[in-house]
Amino acid sequence: MLIVFYISAAIAVLATMVAITRRHAVHALLYLIVSLLAVAVVFYVIGAPFLAALELIIYAGAIMVLFLFVVMMLNIGENAMEVETMWLKPTVWAWPAALATFLVAELTYVAFNAGRPAGPMHTFTPKEIGIALFGPYAIGVELASLLLLSGLAGAYHVGRRASREEEQYSAGSDGRRAVSSGEPVRAGSDRTSDAA
Amino acid sequence: MHALLWMIPAFPLASAAILAFFGKRISHRAAAFIGTASIGLSALVAIFMAAGFLRSTPDSHAWVQTLWTWMGVGDFRPEIAFYYDPVALIMTLVITFVGFLIHLYSVEYMRGDEGFSRFFAYMNLFVAAMLILVLANNLLVLYVGWEGVGLCSFLLLGVWYKDPANVRAANKAFLVTRIGDTAFAIGLFLLATHLGTLDIQELMRRATAQWPAGSGIAIAAAALLLGGAVGKSAQLPLQTWLPDAMAGPTPTSALIHAATMVTAGVYLIARTNVLFTLAPPVQFAVALIGGATMLMAAFSAIAQHDIKRVLAYSTMSQIGYMFMALGLGAWSAALFHFMTHAFFKALLFLAAGVVIQAMHHEQDMFRMGGLRFELPLAFWSFIIGGSALAGLPLITAGFFSKDLILWQAWAGPNGNGGFWIAGLLGAMLTSFYTYRLILLVFYGPEEREVSHRPGFCVIIPLVTLCALSIVGGYVDTPPDFGGAPIFSDFLGSVLPALKQFHVGPITELSTALCASASFAIGFGFAYILYAPWRPRTRREDPLLRLWHAGWGVDWLYDRLFVMPFQFLVHRTGSDVIDAIYTGIAKLADSAARALRVTQNGRVRWYATGIAAGFVVLFGIAIFVR
Amino acid sequence: MLYLAVSLFALGLIGLLTRRNLIFTLMCIEVMLNASGLAFVAGSYRWGRPDGQIMFLFILAMAAAEVSVGLALFLQFHRRAPELDSDSASRMRG
Repeated sequence: MLIVFYISAAIAVLATMVAITRRHAVHALLYLIVSLLAVAVVFYVIGAPFLAALELIIYAGAIMVLFLFVVMMLNIGENAMEVETMWLKPTVWAWPAALATFLVAELTYVAFNAGRPAGPMHTFTPKEIGIALFGPYAIGVELASLLLLSGLAGAYHVGRRASREEEQYSAGSDGRRAVSSGEPVRAGSDRTSDAA
Repeated sequence: MHALLWMIPAFPLASAAILAFFGKRISHRAAAFIGTASIGLSALVAIFMAAGFLRSTPDSHAWVQTLWTWMGVGDFRPEIAFYYDPVALIMTLVITFVGFLIHLYSVEYMRGDEGFSRFFAYMNLFVAAMLILVLANNLLVLYVGWEGVGLCSFLLLGVWYKDPANVRAANKAFLVTRIGDTAFAIGLFLLATHLGTLDIQELMRRATAQWPAGSGIAIAAAALLLGGAVGKSAQLPLQTWLPDAMAGPTPTSALIHAATMVTAGVYLIARTNVLFTLAPPVQFAVALIGGATMLMAAFSAIAQHDIKRVLAYSTMSQIGYMFMALGLGAWSAALFHFMTHAFFKALLFLAAGVVIQAMHHEQDMFRMGGLRFELPLAFWSFIIGGSALAGLPLITAGFFSKDLILWQAWAGPNGNGGFWIAGLLGAMLTSFYTYRLILLVFYGPEEREVSHRPGFCVIIPLVTLCALSIVGGYVDTPPDFGGAPIFSDFLGSVLPALKQFHVGPITELSTALCASASFAIGFGFAYILYAPWRPRTRREDPLLRLWHAGWGVDWLYDRLFVMPFQFLVHRTGSDVIDAIYTGIAKLADSAARALRVTQNGRVRWYATGIAAGFVVLFGIAIFVR
Repeated sequence: MLYLAVSLFALGLIGLLTRRNLIFTLMCIEVMLNASGLAFVAGSYRWGRPDGQIMFLFILAMAAAEVSVGLALFLQFHRRAPELDSDSASRMRG
């Protein structure tokens, strides 16, 4: 069991690493799906089969597919390739990597002091999770449903094609506002977050 | 009975408050009504009190009404209290009555002006402050009134504040009188610390008890009070503000700068006369200042072109007369002249206002002429008022008051031939410039068309003041002439009367004749030089120019004080202390500019910030704890 | 296992800070969410209680809602600026 865990952990990390360095959007998404699969395996290993299934169905199955839908609908991948090449120079990775290293160091330190598991591994069946959901966490369920409802309504409203007047209004005011700049800070440089 | 004393200043004060708060919302008619009626009510109360006082004069010749104790610091407990004695009686009657007439006049004069209710609020406030001044029982309350009239003078001069020239004149008036006020305040400190009280009567008693005549401290106190009086009454050396104060509306000039405020100094010296008697050099200085100003102003008046400036210098000169009388110890004579002067000077100013309005706000005399048929009311007002000013013998009030002063100068115990000659010269000059003015304005060829005839509200005050200018003098005739010194006797109960130097009717007659002669000489000169058939050319020789500029005192002060001060201010405008404040501002600015860089609107940047912050805080949390 | 979660989270963070294209930003957010969910489940494993898994469930639900709204916003952004540069959306600067 432990071997499976380590292998899938390695796959997850590797896949994520590759995913974030791809230039083509669809490639990155596909690698991400691989990573999610690996994480699902990890879930299964540590006694959360229900969660593994959920991860696959919802995360990899719905959310990532949604991403793919949007990317393919807007045909982003092809067009963005050259731009991405320009943007992703090696120096770009410097500061975020440093920051992340710090973060990892700290969290590792914390995690190091965390203890070993208390007793034998307990595999949680869906039944147990269901009992917990309908018991103490019932309100969480209700709130989650509320959240999803608002997400639904918001997504519909925000994403719809604006009516003719709205477009004209926003286009006109955008045009006006785009002309007047004059702020001292440069906009849109090709360097990343250079704190230097 | 004397519990009603507080009402005399209270009415104008209340109406000033009402007009100040609601002036914008009520109609002009209502504002005029409130403003004028309050003074009228005050006048009625004053008359009522005067009648009561005359009917049953108390033994101490004074009523005191104490309202409350202002403060209590150790032994020093000044109270808000009013004091009513013959002097206060005269002053309140004059102020309220003449004030009422001037307010009535203003209703028409200021008609249609956008600062109408503001004007009336200020005028009422002024009358209230002046009444507080004259009714004050102690010098602290008097100082409150003193400052109040100074403030109102500033406000009224600047009532048309959109014109910067008016504002400059108002500033100048306030600043120059402030110098006097500072001297006055230091004098008050001196008196309070040395004598322990500011209650006037008590002060006089203690001063006579503790300070020998001629002692340094008495001289210092009296000199400081004189400084204040000089500032307020526009005498040398603080006289420069009065001619420029003619920038204000004519009713203001009539009320403040002719009848009342400028006489506050005279009142002060008369009230604290004991102090001045204890300091003979200062009293002599009073007379000297009075005489010098009288002559200086008279010379300046004969060279003026502006009708109101002639009257301003004339006021200065007449107050010089009053100061001279005070300096000679003729206290009652000074107050008598104050009363008659209030009548005819107010009359002259109001009539000048009629002329100015008729001439489309033209104030240059050389552009007027031949108005005696067009404006008969103004013409006769000027004739009567001007003759009173010049001292037309026997029928005008001015003759009697001026004659009294001159007589005291010659024959009184402190009399001095020099002052008498100065007085005669002044009388001649007065007559000269007065008739010069009348001849220029009312005779000769007509230069311009008359635009505006006076209405009802103007006619009443002018006629009333004319009558008073004629009969006002009969209350005090010299002993051998008419034999009825009612006024002096009345005031003599509280003001020390001069010892009667009985010199016999011959001397009296001859001094009166001399006064009349100087009047006639002045009139003659004026007639010769400005007769109707002569051409109206402006003469420009240097002496006249010097007199026109008021003997160059303005120019001198400008060079001596104003320019160095402005130079200093200019130089220290950005010195090290300012650098601290500007430095702080610059620091804030550059800090803001530096921090602004972090707000570049980019999401990634902000996310980095969040992550970095988290890293740091987390590090602190786990490593430091 | 926590190391795994930590490293996944860090990777997601790096990706978020580096990529300018908006779609990658959203993607890396998902990575981070997933990583934190993993941490929760690890906790559930360690203490043998279902609460961590419940928490992951809620995180999942939240991620779903957030993705939908986020993609809707992404659509709007795409309409205005077809080059999906998050750095150009800097009108709130200064």
